[in-house]
This record gives sequence, C-alpha cells and structure tokens, in this order.
Amino acid sequence: MTGELLLGPDEIARTMRRLAHEIVENNHGTDGLVIVGLLTRGHPLALRLGRLIREFEGVEVPVGSLDIGLYRDDVSRRGQPTPLRPSSIPADIDGATVVLVDDVLFTGRSIRAALDALLDFGRPARVRLATLIDRGHRELPIRPDFVGKNIPTALVQEVQVTLKETDGEDAVYVLNAEAAND
Amino acid sequence: MTDLLISGGRVIDPANGLDAQLDVLLRDGRVSAVGKSLFASDSVRYDVTGCIVTPGFVDLHAHLREPGFEQKGTIATETLAALRGGFTTICAMPNTVPAPDSAPVVKALLERIGADARVRVFPIGAVTRGRDGKALANLAEAAGAGCVAFSDDGSPVADGQLMRNALTLLGSLGLPLSEHSDDPVLNAGGVMNEGRVSERLGLAGQPAAAEVTAIARNLALAEATGGRLHVAHITTARGLELVAEAKARGLAVTCEVTPSHLFLTEDAVFGPGPAPAYDTNAKINPPLRTEADRQALIRGLNEGIIDAIATDHAPHAREDKLCEFDYAAPGIACFETAAGTLLTQVARGELDLVRVIAALTAQPARAWKLDARVAGLGTLSPGAPGDIVILDPAMEWTVDTRTFATKGKNTPLQGTSLTGGVRAVIMGGVVAHEVEVAHD
Amino acid sequence: MIDVQERPAPGPAEAPAWRHKDLLDTDVLSRADIDLVMETADAMLEVRSRPVAKVATLRGATVVTLFYEQSTRTRASFEVAAKAMGADVVNLTASGSSVVKGESLVDTVRTLEAIGADLLVMRHDRSGAPYLAAKNTKAGVINGGDGTHAHPTQALLDLFTMRRHLGALDGKKVVIVGDVLHSRVARSNVWSLLAAGANVTLCGPATLLPRTLASAGGEEGRVALTADLDRALVDADVVMALRIQKERQATGLIPSLREYINGYQVNATRLARAKPGALVMHPGPMNEGIEISPEAAHGLASVIEEQVANGVAVRMAVLYLMATARTK
Repeated sequence: MTGELLLGPDEIARTMRRLAHEIVENNHGTDGLVIVGLLTRGHPLALRLGRLIREFEGVEVPVGSLDIGLYRDDVSRRGQPTPLRPSSIPADIDGATVVLVDDVLFTGRSIRAALDALLDFGRPARVRLATLIDRGHRELPIRPDFVGKNIPTALVQEVQVTLKETDGEDAVYVLNAEAAND
Repeated sequence: MTDLLISGGRVIDPANGLDAQLDVLLRDGRVSAVGKSLFASDSVRYDVTGCIVTPGFVDLHAHLREPGFEQKGTIATETLAALRGGFTTICAMPNTVPAPDSAPVVKALLERIGADARVRVFPIGAVTRGRDGKALANLAEAAGAGCVAFSDDGSPVADGQLMRNALTLLGSLGLPLSEHSDDPVLNAGGVMNEGRVSERLGLAGQPAAAEVTAIARNLALAEATGGRLHVAHITTARGLELVAEAKARGLAVTCEVTPSHLFLTEDAVFGPGPAPAYDTNAKINPPLRTEADRQALIRGLNEGIIDAIATDHAPHAREDKLCEFDYAAPGIACFETAAGTLLTQVARGELDLVRVIAALTAQPARAWKLDARVAGLGTLSPGAPGDIVILDPAMEWTVDTRTFATKGKNTPLQGTSLTGGVRAVIMGGVVAHEVEVAHD
Repeated sequence: MIDVQERPAPGPAEAPAWRHKDLLDTDVLSRADIDLVMETADAMLEVRSRPVAKVATLRGATVVTLFYEQSTRTRASFEVAAKAMGADVVNLTASGSSVVKGESLVDTVRTLEAIGADLLVMRHDRSGAPYLAAKNTKAGVINGGDGTHAHPTQALLDLFTMRRHLGALDGKKVVIVGDVLHSRVARSNVWSLLAAGANVTLCGPATLLPRTLASAGGEEGRVALTADLDRALVDADVVMALRIQKERQATGLIPSLREYINGYQVNATRLARAKPGALVMHPGPMNEGIEISPEAAHGLASVIEEQVANGVAVRMAVLYLMATARTK
C-alpha cells in the first residue's frame, strides 16, 4: 500500500527548532516553564524541545511525560484495555506554565484527557498546547498554541508520525483510505 | 400372553456358557428355549440381528431415594431409569427416611415397590438402627420381611465390635453384609481422592489407605465370624488385592465395582479444560481414584476377581450439585449410562464382553443367592424370568441428561460420546423399552 | 519534496489483550498476561503517588465485594483500589446478607448481577466456590481467596513486589515456608512464579507439604519440596513465610507450635543462609514470633509493608484490565 511522505528528518528538525523558539518567546523566557509530552510520541518531542531550549537559552527546563490512558473517554467502549505507563511530572506544576506536547492533533479528545490528567498533579497558572502536526477535524473546542505544520486531511486518512526514539526514523506520512481500512 | 421369539442376535448367557448366534423363545413370560433357528407357531418374531442378547441385568447397589428424598428420585422414576438401562432386577440401598431397619418399615417399602416399581426390586436392610452406626437393627426381623442383604451404605459401620456382631448374626442367617468399606477418621473432611488432583485443587482428600485399611479390617472380621462380607464399590488397587488374596484362601467374600470407577478417574473433578471445573457431578463416595487404580479394577473384572458390576445409581436434585464442591452431595446417576460406558470400554479393548455380562447377570445373582429367590435369575436357563436385554454394540450416542428417566441429572458424562448401548429391554416376556432406531 | 513510496502498514500500537472474563487463579495466566498486569500496576503505583491519588476511569462500574470469610486486609485493599479507580463499591459479608438465610451461592451471585454488579470480588472458605460463581454470572469474578486453593491477586502483588526489587525473576530462587498444603497463597504463587521464570522451593513440616505439587515444575524440577529449611534457604533470593493456623496443632499435623518454631521460623539466623539481602515476605496477617521472628519481619530486608501498599496498585490494575476488557 502507499503512504505519502510529508516531512522527513530535516524538516522535522527545523520545525522543532522553530517551535522551541516560539515557546520561549511566548513565555517571555523560560521562567516557570514545564514541558510535558503525551505518551507515547509526544514525550520524545517534549525531550527534544527541552534540549533545544537548553541549547538556545542555556537553561534546563523540566520535561515530563503524561499517560492519558486512565482519562480516555472511550475506556469502556473499546472492549480491550489501553496500555498504561506511569506518568512522570518532574516539577511542581502549581503556578507553572505547562506546555503539553503531542505529535498529532486531531479530534482534541486526547488533549481533553491530558488536561484532566495534568490537573490531578496540581494547578498550573496556564496550559499551552504544542503539536507537530495539526490535521484538523476537532470534535472539542480545543486549539493549539504552537503548530509545527497544518496538514488538511480527509477523515478517512490517517497521519502517522514516526520518531527515531520510538520507531527508528523521523518521518510524517499520510496514509490513504484503502490503507487505513486494511 | 404372546410368545416372543428373539432371533438373529448374539446370545451371551455366562451361566450356561453360551456365546453364539442363537434364538431365544419366551413363553408365558419365562425363558422357554435357547437354540439355533427356533420356530414356534403363534410367536411374534423379534429380529435383533447385529445385537447382543443377555439376561436382564442384576444390580446389587442402587439408591431409589423413596421414602424420604422424593425430590431426588422415587421408586417410579428410578425403576423406569433402571429398566431403560437394562437393569431388570435391582437391590435398593437403605439410606432412606425411615431406613428399613425393622419389619414394618420393610413391609411398607415393599408395598410401595409393589405399587410403583417397573423392575424387580429387592430391599437391602440397614445394619444399624436408623443407620446411626450405634446399635444393630432388627436384622432377623427385617430379613424375614424380605431384605436380601444388609448395609449402612453411604457410611461404613465404623465400630469394629458392631461390625463383628453384624457379620456374626447375618452369617447365621446366611445373608450378605454389603459394606461401604472406609475409615471415617482417615477420611475426615475429605471430598475426593487424596492425591495429585486434590492437592492441585486445595480440596481435602480421602486417602486410598482409608478404604484399604477398612477392607483389611472387614476381611479379618469376616474370617473370624464366618460372615458373608460383600465389599461394596471397591475403588483401590490395593483393596482389590486384599479381596483377591482372601478369595484365594477360600473366604466367602464377594465384591462389586461401579461403571463410574471403571470409566473415570479423579481427573474428572478437574475436568477437561486448562482451568479446574470443580465438577460436583464427579463427586462420588468412595471417590474416583487414580488411573492406576482404574487399571487395576479393569484387570480385576477381566480376571474374574470382581463378582459384580453394580451401578451405585445415586440420583440427586439439581441444588444438591449446584453448590460449592465441599457441600455437594456425593453420587452419580448411573442407570442410563452404565451399559454405554461398559460397552465403550469393550469397544476400546479395555473390558472383556463376556466378563462384563457375567458381572451384570449371573455373578451378582449368585453372589447374593438371589437365584434361590427367583429361579434362574441372571440366566437364560429354561424357566428363568423372561427378562432380557438387547444391546447394540455399534450404537453411537451422546449422553444427554435431558433424555434421562431418572430425576437425577447428575453425571459427569453429559456430552460424552459412547459406543454401544441398550437397544431394547424385555421384562417378563414383554418388550418394555425400545430405542427408536433411525433408518437411513 | 512529497514522494510516494511503498511502506509497510503501521501496525496498531502494541495492543495488550486481556482475554479473561474472570481472575480465579494465576494458573491460566500466560507470561504476557502477567507482564501486562505488572506494567499496568507500575502505572497504578504512580497514580497512588499523586497529590490526587484517584482517577475516574471506572466511573459507572459497580464492584461488589462478597466475603464469605473474615478478612480485613484483602477486602479493604480491594475497596481502596476500586474507589481509587472511580468505581462504586458495595461490600457484602456472609453474616450481613441473605447468605445466613440459606440463599445458595448461585442465587446470590445472580441477584448481584441483576442489581448491576460488573465485577465481583469474592472470598470464600470453600475451595472452588468462585469457579461456581463465575460459571453462573456474566459479571467478572475475581477470586479474593478460596479455601485452601488460590489467591491470585496476592500472588500477583507478591510477584510485583519481587520484580520491583529484583527485576526479571528468571532463574531466581523463591523459598515459601510453612503450611504449604493448606495455603492458597503458596499455590497461586507457584503458578505465577513459574510463569515469570523463577524457581520455587516449598518448605514445611512433611505433614504440611503437598507431595504431588513438585510435578508442577516440570522435568527441569523448577518446583522443589523439602522439610529441611536450612537446606532450602541456601542461595534464596526471596524467603516468604506463610501464616501458620494454630488449629493445625489440634488436628495433629504439627506436634506443637514450639516444634514448628524450632524447625520453620524465618529468623535472622536462618536468613544468614540465604543470599545477602534476600527479600523477606509474608502475605499477612503475621503471627510474629511464630512463623517469623519480629527482627526478620521488620528488618532491612523485609518488604512486608510494601507488599500491602503494592496490593492496592496490583488490584487497581486487575480491576482496570477486567473492567475495560469486558465492556460492551
């Protein structure tokens, strides 16, 4: 089957650098900044942003991971358990600016779950959302603050992000309908 | 009454050494003749080509439940089940309420039997009063009223002194004492055979040694008293060795085995799956034992050491089995599967057909001298009762408790495929039960 | 820059499968099942450490605890676990229910299903009782200990505790000491430890050893039985003492508690034979000074309190897996 390569490793690296700059700029620096990546692929992206900010600003920003499995709104509809991993929030998030990081923003339901999960760890001053890809089709009133690339898609299509850390290569594909239905 | 000529079958009549393609003529409800190509004018010809023709089965061990436990079974329902299983003569165990421990109770029981029974029923009297294991019942009185043997089955006569006296008194009456040989102290709390499966399931075990030591005690007491010990439902290899040794020394001891213990092992409690079933329908007392024990019982039957195959038919109500394993009542409803499992074992080459028939007919009749009460019982001798079983060794069928006549649907064999079964049963010269055969 | 190329279908993210309607014993759990419980329990342990140590995942699910036998810790552990997952919990004990009025187990279970129980946590003094319950209800049944048969969540929390200290258990030696014959904890531990790759030595007075259980260890002899505790402890990575029921003395299975203590108490002297730092475990409640000395129970190597804390996380994991796998 066919998949369309949208971004390769170089484009992804460039995009991440831009996102890191935008996050720092929007926060007027790194004060009170905590970056939290959604498991599975938001977390390596969050770690990359943390490294880039250290590179640009010389400041170590706390980076955490968040598992949303227990907060999904389809837990009782899937017929099988979602795999769970421990979350790791390395800093006190009370009063902090938390940037949630995910690979693909689609219906917004994952981010809704992530907000619920995050608030069980404390009361941040504000929460921002960064995503590598925004493919549209929101089902909830959720809007990203930092977007790597907007990719208009059809509902039947699928966007697949692969990362070196989790999949061995950096790439973004769009899979067409037949592929998605296989 | 019309004469019946049963023709074309393989007649097995162990008492007369017959095993050949022969005809059997029944006249006036009795066996008139057995021979080649018989002819009788005015007789109805009953063609049983391909089938086996044997005397009606004689069961030394059955629980009819009436009086006292009619929710489990009645004389009417259980004797119909017996008939369908080929058991035209059965001996009813006395664990009823009231227990037949005196003449009036036995007479009342015989009246009920006379009114409702579909097969010949001999009552077995209780050894102790109310089966309480403490004081002897009125043995001579009960014998005079019609009990053919005595037993406290379900419980052993644990008190050795009481057992000695019972054997002595019954010996003088010439009647057998059918003993559930077991040691209640060694068995305390046990609900299945002690061993691999009980340890796996965390169930309290009944050790083989409990039966073996009880048999040893009872043999010693029988020898000392001259009593006629009948070892009921023997289950252990070692117990059987003790009986064989006693027989070899000329002791008047007999024993029986159940079709369940010949066919099943303790594994039936665990069930066929990867997870345990705790199958209460496989709970029976004495318990299903190991494969080694089962093999020893098979050898004992094939070598003629075991006198009788007795069903220990024990119907129970649904709620008696649909409960925690520890609380479940022991027993298997066996009448309607006995011939099927035995013939299946014959088909497998495990059991010798003629030995099986002998242990179902002439041998039990002789062991308890029932043939002195009914001439020719368990045989096809001229003048013997016209009770005949037609067995189809090729019948393929699956056990389905919904078709059972017994009130007890309690069998671990539900859904089991068997080879061989009862095709028809003739009682007193009349076809009383017949299985419809689907013709292609 | 856009090119079209052949590439393999991206498989669904490693979807764990939980295929058990009930959790009646560890004997039917595969290594993958056990890994899934362990990984899920890791996540639950993290949930328990949060400022808000509670989630709403099982909101709308009803968990009934049905206890036919006294128990404080197991029942409380399940209740805390279920509530921490957002489930509604109804607690029933045999003495406070229609059971005392003679209602059969099957009727009780069907009634509970009819009033909406999704999961039934059951403790019963008769071996196999939860199997009867499971066969007669669509609700998922979790065995919270049945007679002298099984106690799967205890075995799983024991395994979880061992793994947190020892990592993978392949080739590790676990010694279980005491009344193994009557221990549902020991039996369930045997199956889960074998599945996890450990070797098990069962040790106790000869009257309290299940003699045929060694065959469970297969031809490699991964389950050993011995009445000699000093020999059993050599090279042990884990030593688990079992509670000794005082009534074993009355039935003559042990001559006296003194004789039991002399032969089988887990104490500092004996532990010196095990590997340095070998974990000391006990399923509780303990008879300190009998099957375990106070120093051993509260020593540096003891993880007994941790077992209790881990019990909640493991039971949360089991409730989560069972509730989400069974939903419509």
